[in-house]
Amino acid sequence: MEKHLFNYLLRLADSSLIIGHRLSEWCGHGPVLEEDIALTNISLDFVGRANSLYEYAGKIEEKGRTEDDLAYLRNEREFFNNLLAEQPNGDYAQTILRQYLTDAFEIHFYEALTKSKDETIAGIAAKSLKEIQYHLRHSSSWMLRLGDGTEESNRRLQNALNEIYRFTGSLFETDDNDSALTAAGIVPDLSVIQQLWQKDVDTMLEKAMLKKPENVWMQKGNLQGRHTEHLGYILAEMQSVHRAYPGVKW
Amino acid sequence: MSNNNQGTLWEVFVQTKPGLPHKHCGSVHAPDKEMAIQNARDVYTRRSEGTSIWVVPAEAITASSPEDMGSFFEPANDKVYRHPTFYHVPEGVKYL
Repeated sequence: MEKHLFNYLLRLADSSLIIGHRLSEWCGHGPVLEEDIALTNISLDFVGRANSLYEYAGKIEEKGRTEDDLAYLRNEREFFNNLLAEQPNGDYAQTILRQYLTDAFEIHFYEALTKSKDETIAGIAAKSLKEIQYHLRHSSSWMLRLGDGTEESNRRLQNALNEIYRFTGSLFETDDNDSALTAAGIVPDLSVIQQLWQKDVDTMLEKAMLKKPENVWMQKGNLQGRHTEHLGYILAEMQSVHRAYPGVKW
Repeated sequence: MSNNNQGTLWEVFVQTKPGLPHKHCGSVHAPDKEMAIQNARDVYTRRSEGTSIWVVPAEAITASSPEDMGSFFEPANDKVYRHPTFYHVPEGVKYL
């Protein structure tokens, strides 16, 4: 069971860290000062959550690996984040869409995780949930304003949707590792979360005057460490300092 | 960052503790009032400075002009009797 829990924690932590890193790329480049600060605030929430999850994962593994070891000393094939998280920022519409699709998932997922029989996980989830409520409020506001804004903002958001909707299936990917944990009441059943997510997303797409892509082939593979080409570049940048100066503190 | 499409200017007032007055702390740009509140939250309360936020469209605020300083405020300088410092307060009166 410990091995299963360790794997699961890595998946959650990796997804948080990678999208957190993506958002941090906006630092100093936001369309307006207020959004620049908003996205970097949100980025820090994700990185902080990843930190807590890695710390707990390292404790469970009992091999003395720290959160830095787990974040900075694993390679691409050893990362298990969902494929949506690693997609490029694109234009602001794509960043907002990626964020909304993630937040709409996390609001239900972390809500369910607050009822975990594992107290540490429930505690991390309770703290995260408050942050996620704000993330969702932020991304939903922009979904409506861009979708129902000008012709150009709607076109850009629709383009983003056509481009990255195929990675949403990976949010709900599950395998044998998870079934034992779900049965033990430690993690939620992702098929239930998926229904809640789909309902919210469909409502939002309609309100934001967007057309849901049909007959989409959902990209998967992240649970086996298979990723889109983007992850390697993220890790190269994110891990370079730690690998150049092993054990560096600041 | 372009400076001509950031939305309207909003003045931000933050309350640091319940019961205290909201104090002006700066301004944000935003397209509407909901976003103004969110932006104010992100810009001015991310180090837990606040318990409540007000935003007001900057154009809704009317200010006295610096030239009025003399006629507005100086006449009060020599009217000390307007301060309630000449009353004899009986001993034992608390909370006055």
